[in-house]
Amino acid sequence: MNKVKDLLKTIKSIRFTKWQKMIFLIALIGLIVSAPYIITDNYILHIVILCSIYACLTLSLNMIIGWSGQFSLGHVCLYGMGAYITTLLMTQTGMNFFPATILSTAFTSGFAMLLCLPTLKLRGDYLAVITLGFGEVFRLFLTNSVSITRGPAGIPNIPDPVIFGYVISSKQAYFYFVALIVILFVVFMKRFNNSGFGMAMIVVNEDDIAATALGINVKKYKLLGFALGGGMAAFMGSFYAVYMGMISPTSFAYAESIKMVSMVVLGGIGSIPGSILGAVLLTALPEVLRAFSEYRMVIYGALMVVMMIFRPEGIWSRSSRMLNEYKIKAFENYKKK
Amino acid sequence: MFFQHLLNGIIVGGIYAMVALGYSMVYGVLQIVNWAHADVLMFATFIGLLLTTYLKMPVFAMVLLVALFASVLGMSVERVAYRPIKSGNRKMAVLVSALGMSTFLQNLAQLIFGSGTRQFKAIESKSFSFSGFTITNLQILILVVTSVMLLILYILVYRTKIGIAMRACSVSVDNAKLMGINTNLIISGTFGVGAFMAGVAGILIGVYYSAVYPTMGYLLGMKAFAAAILGGIGSIPGAVFGGFIIGTIESLGAGYISSAYRDAFAFFVMILILVVRPSGLMGAKHIDKV
Amino acid sequence: MNTIIETKEVTIKFGGLVAVDSVNLVQKKGEVLSLIGPNGAGKTTLFNLLTGVYKCTSGNIFFDHNKITDLKAHERTRLGIARTFQNIRLIKSMTVLENVLVAHPDCQNESLLKSVLSPGKANKKRREVVDECMELLKIVGLEEMESEMATSLPYGKQRLLEIARGLATKPKLLLLDEPGAGMNNFEKEELTDVIHYITQEMKVTVLIIEHDMKFVMGISDRIIVLDHGQKIAEGTPAEIQTNPRVIEAYLGSGEFKDEEDK
Repeated sequence: MNKVKDLLKTIKSIRFTKWQKMIFLIALIGLIVSAPYIITDNYILHIVILCSIYACLTLSLNMIIGWSGQFSLGHVCLYGMGAYITTLLMTQTGMNFFPATILSTAFTSGFAMLLCLPTLKLRGDYLAVITLGFGEVFRLFLTNSVSITRGPAGIPNIPDPVIFGYVISSKQAYFYFVALIVILFVVFMKRFNNSGFGMAMIVVNEDDIAATALGINVKKYKLLGFALGGGMAAFMGSFYAVYMGMISPTSFAYAESIKMVSMVVLGGIGSIPGSILGAVLLTALPEVLRAFSEYRMVIYGALMVVMMIFRPEGIWSRSSRMLNEYKIKAFENYKKK
Repeated sequence: MFFQHLLNGIIVGGIYAMVALGYSMVYGVLQIVNWAHADVLMFATFIGLLLTTYLKMPVFAMVLLVALFASVLGMSVERVAYRPIKSGNRKMAVLVSALGMSTFLQNLAQLIFGSGTRQFKAIESKSFSFSGFTITNLQILILVVTSVMLLILYILVYRTKIGIAMRACSVSVDNAKLMGINTNLIISGTFGVGAFMAGVAGILIGVYYSAVYPTMGYLLGMKAFAAAILGGIGSIPGAVFGGFIIGTIESLGAGYISSAYRDAFAFFVMILILVVRPSGLMGAKHIDKV
Repeated sequence: MNTIIETKEVTIKFGGLVAVDSVNLVQKKGEVLSLIGPNGAGKTTLFNLLTGVYKCTSGNIFFDHNKITDLKAHERTRLGIARTFQNIRLIKSMTVLENVLVAHPDCQNESLLKSVLSPGKANKKRREVVDECMELLKIVGLEEMESEMATSLPYGKQRLLEIARGLATKPKLLLLDEPGAGMNNFEKEELTDVIHYITQEMKVTVLIIEHDMKFVMGISDRIIVLDHGQKIAEGTPAEIQTNPRVIEAYLGSGEFKDEEDK
């Protein structure tokens, strides 16, 4: 256990020079470009795409839990809302994927803020219960409003996205698309985390009374944290809808929220690499261990308990180095003077 | 019709109250939400189902055995998932661990008992009606059992030494420890008592709807928690009161507004209460010390 | 004309307890004012009222002649009221410098869009912010420890860091809640120098709660004494030292009577 800890510490403390970063980046791009040619099995490619979707979802939930410090158990509600709105816009009005996604992302962000508004003053557990409740009400709505959502049957035949006349329909094309989304999400989260905005959010998360004393508007950050996380989730929901080609209320059930929370917790609350690690582990492992698939949720549950007892900060804990980046670049200049 | 809905509401409300007590008492002592509470209830109900169908056990013995089983399970949950956690951000860690426990129990039940709904018939039901107003022997039984259980709890908490120790712990665990109270024992006991009530409530609701299934704890637990919040979490009379209110609102809402959204009413009430009066109807106001 | 903060009949009740009872307080710009009183006299509660952590039950607060009674805590900070906490509230996951950085308005106001889309441009501004914050750390003598975790500092240094953090919000008035608690005599001298620097060089007015009488008498221009939520005395250190009501509040009336009997 200690050896693993030390190893992680060394990995985290490695700092790359500009050149090394460039080489790493080129290698990564090469890997992404060649991946569909290496992985010829469509099933494995499907798992890779699922891992990517969950990685982004975990990042979006981590934005809410890890950065803005609000425990949400209703993440499927936002994810599903994005998926359904995009789908309805595409199937009912014939809108293209991109404008539909922008609309649904914006709407869901707004809704997330509305959801967060009454709970701003509440302590963690209450917020968890309320978001859980919203998830449940949302599911009830999906199943009961047959005229809008077609109820439990779900909506089939969702058209593929079209970009500059090119239809994204093959698994390979979807893979490139999702890889791009993952990169965008990671870059966004990293820059967000290094920004003054992100730092202020961490203060809000850690101590809201200290935050107000520093002139930080706690409400604003909590609302925006929820809105950002919700928007990201809605975006992934939209992607999920067009990728699967059909959606139904069962894809957005309570267990899905729990799954995302376990990914956040396993990877590391407030950690970007952790989110990806957690999502990939919990998506890929059950697929690899086919025999265990029916034990999946049992294992998730046990894992959450065990993690909290032995390593509550997750596998790849939030490191202070990430926070430092605001400083590092500016500080080097200070020292040069 | 109104009185019929009201009666149904009060009967279900009594069951909610019994479950809500478990949440409220644990919160009172440890300031944590025992997410696994409702799943302990579900597990216990399944045990009751097995005892009745396979061992043909008499009802009274079965209920007692199930309640004791629930107690033991409840105490083990505390021992396994809550007590060992001593990390810096304890609140978050306990919340996640509690959720994990809940997920674990729920899905373990699914593995063992299957995910389908089982019928639960422990008592032959008879109904009596007076002038358009129906009540079944089951409902009468539920009313009686609920009242007796609440009375026993009242005596335990307000009239015994253990009750005094429990109330001392809910004011401050640290101070209670300094006064020589074995707080670990009291915390265990609180979980045990809460789970005991939940075990009985589980049998009642299982028999009432004649349905036992692995996710039954999920909705029931949320409603009971809503009741605990409504009454003011940590407050015992509040939990009872909240239970009856949630039960009644739900029954009236399902009867007069929409039965498809039956399960949503509890939440709307809960959210409304939290917004207007975050400390609940009977809860103590919370002041942050700076 | 040159008052910085003024309270008029400020009162707060917690249930039946009147924690602060119609207190009138006036502080001039540049004046070092101290609040003293026995434990539970309502000093920190009064601070919480001034900074907006609690809302007054009745009465009004004026800052720079503007009514701020209904403003929220962060809005008051933005106007220029900064504070430190009695039980230190530094951000545990951040380093010394970061703790000061997050308090800087320019750091907080950095537009998210800008920092996400063009971090290079944002960096320029960041450089200035870091420079300013390092200057503040120099004032409290912590510039060498900028990259240590805030909570790994010794107690006394953490209090100094809180002062630097408060200064980073660019205040006109700085409220110090027991800044000398847990400090040894040497550190207290340092603290005195820091406070002198803040008031004289930086032109920030300071309001202090402190229990160490020697420290209070040495640094204050004027002292206000609270007991049971009420203001019982006000005056220069010399006046306060000889005020019979203050002695009564601190030592209890019994002992005072004994002296009279002699």
